[in-house]
Amino acid sequence: MRRGKRLNATELTGLILTVCMVLLAVMGSIWTPYSPTAMSAAAKFAPPGWLHLFGTDQFGRDIFSRVLCGMRTTVFIALCAVAIGALAGISIGALTGYFGGWADELLMRFNDALTAFPSILLALVFIAVLGFGKYNVILALGVAFIPSFARVSRAEFARHREMTYVKSARLMGASHGRIMFRHILPNTGSVLLPALVIGFNNAVLAEAGMSYLGIGVKAPDVSLGYMLSESQSYMMTAPWYVLCTGLTIVLLILGVSLIGEGLQKRGRA
Amino acid sequence: MLEIQDLHVRFHGVDHEAVRGIDLQVADGEIVGLVGESGSGKTVTAMVIAGLLGASRAEIRGRILLDGADLLRSGVATIREVQGRDICVVFQEPMSAMDPVMRIGPQVEECLRVHTNMKKKERRELALQAMRDADLPNAEELWNKYPHELSGGMLQRVMIAAAILPRPKLLLADEPTTALDVTIQSQILALLKRLSRERGMSVLFISHDLNVVRKLCSRVAVMEKGRIVETADTEQVFYHPHSEYTKRLIAAIPTRRKIHAE
Repeated sequence: MRRGKRLNATELTGLILTVCMVLLAVMGSIWTPYSPTAMSAAAKFAPPGWLHLFGTDQFGRDIFSRVLCGMRTTVFIALCAVAIGALAGISIGALTGYFGGWADELLMRFNDALTAFPSILLALVFIAVLGFGKYNVILALGVAFIPSFARVSRAEFARHREMTYVKSARLMGASHGRIMFRHILPNTGSVLLPALVIGFNNAVLAEAGMSYLGIGVKAPDVSLGYMLSESQSYMMTAPWYVLCTGLTIVLLILGVSLIGEGLQKRGRA
Repeated sequence: MLEIQDLHVRFHGVDHEAVRGIDLQVADGEIVGLVGESGSGKTVTAMVIAGLLGASRAEIRGRILLDGADLLRSGVATIREVQGRDICVVFQEPMSAMDPVMRIGPQVEECLRVHTNMKKKERRELALQAMRDADLPNAEELWNKYPHELSGGMLQRVMIAAAILPRPKLLLADEPTTALDVTIQSQILALLKRLSRERGMSVLFISHDLNVVRKLCSRVAVMEKGRIVETADTEQVFYHPHSEYTKRLIAAIPTRRKIHAE
């Protein structure tokens, strides 16, 4: 069970990459070189250069500034969606896994039914009911993520429930709530942490996918997925647009994936 | 003090009973051994006494009286009061009986946190004292360590410290020395003996190791297939066993001569 405290190479690379990306996203909410919505007819489709780091789009807007803004939106949506999904999913999984019984059966069969739908489809239904907008995307993705978190945490709680240390805590008179959240939850970290990280990545991709399909954020909000869908029309005339946006998504996901992979390795060790 | 009367346990979905009507008494301050081979029902008995086996998993009949109060017929609230205050348990595998991601100190004082309104400092003082009583002189140093940083013998002492902290009337020890090597084993036995004497605490010591029981217990109950086949003073069981089963158990103890003969 002894785990090294030092970061391995995978985690370190991932961490550096993620920190850089998050810093850029934070920077995007404080300062951008240009206003992300400022148009300039003179500078339409300017290629990358010193004036515009990533070039400009069809309205002469600075792509670098828009990428920074978009990244902020995307990270925000992904974090909130994972938070909703994880909070609800882990609570459900904890209760059903720990107590078992018919409630467990019922909820898990319902969970199976939900899992049968691709999460993007589920999110689509939500958008159709709730309407567009950043917060509805968060809600839709959050709900779509509940089943996977519930499944993972249920398995872990059911496994730990039978362990001697839980019995021993029970014997000391600890309440069910205390056993679940003070004893078992910290012990599931090696499984739940990577699940959270992977969930974040899935959320980034799902947001991009939804915006790409036109059911994500709406202007004047800008997200990476929204930009990607916009840029594909100009793939030939302004390839830097799609490249810079796409690469940002790739780097964001790569960094987080590497951390997740490192954590999983650690859990297995 | 503890009196078990005609206890039957049958797990749901199983035809035969795991415990088939046993009677057993443990007097104040007495150390009683419960021996038998694997599957004889000794651990099931302990689980029922500790309240770890509920009606959802098994059908339980009979009476378990602790100072006259029937544990099987009292409500959930009383059981929770009794667990961790009047009856405490030490398990076989100290490594798995402790929460691997919780520091030693908080685990030792856990039952005080649950059962009393003591302040943090008071709890800490009492827990440190219990650890010192359990032959852990460097209790302060251990307080902030994690279980994996300690050896098996030390962990078992920590478990014993946690178990004696609420000053229970009865300590249930379910094969507490089986996972330890022989030198540590005898230290732990000496520790249990001393604690029982100093605190007037009764101990129900469950083991399959007759040599261990002989060193520790004043009285022994021998279990076979869910029944107690013999209860007597330790020396009598060893020198004048009544039942065939006990005789065979004693004959199975490895001695130097037998090992050489093989």
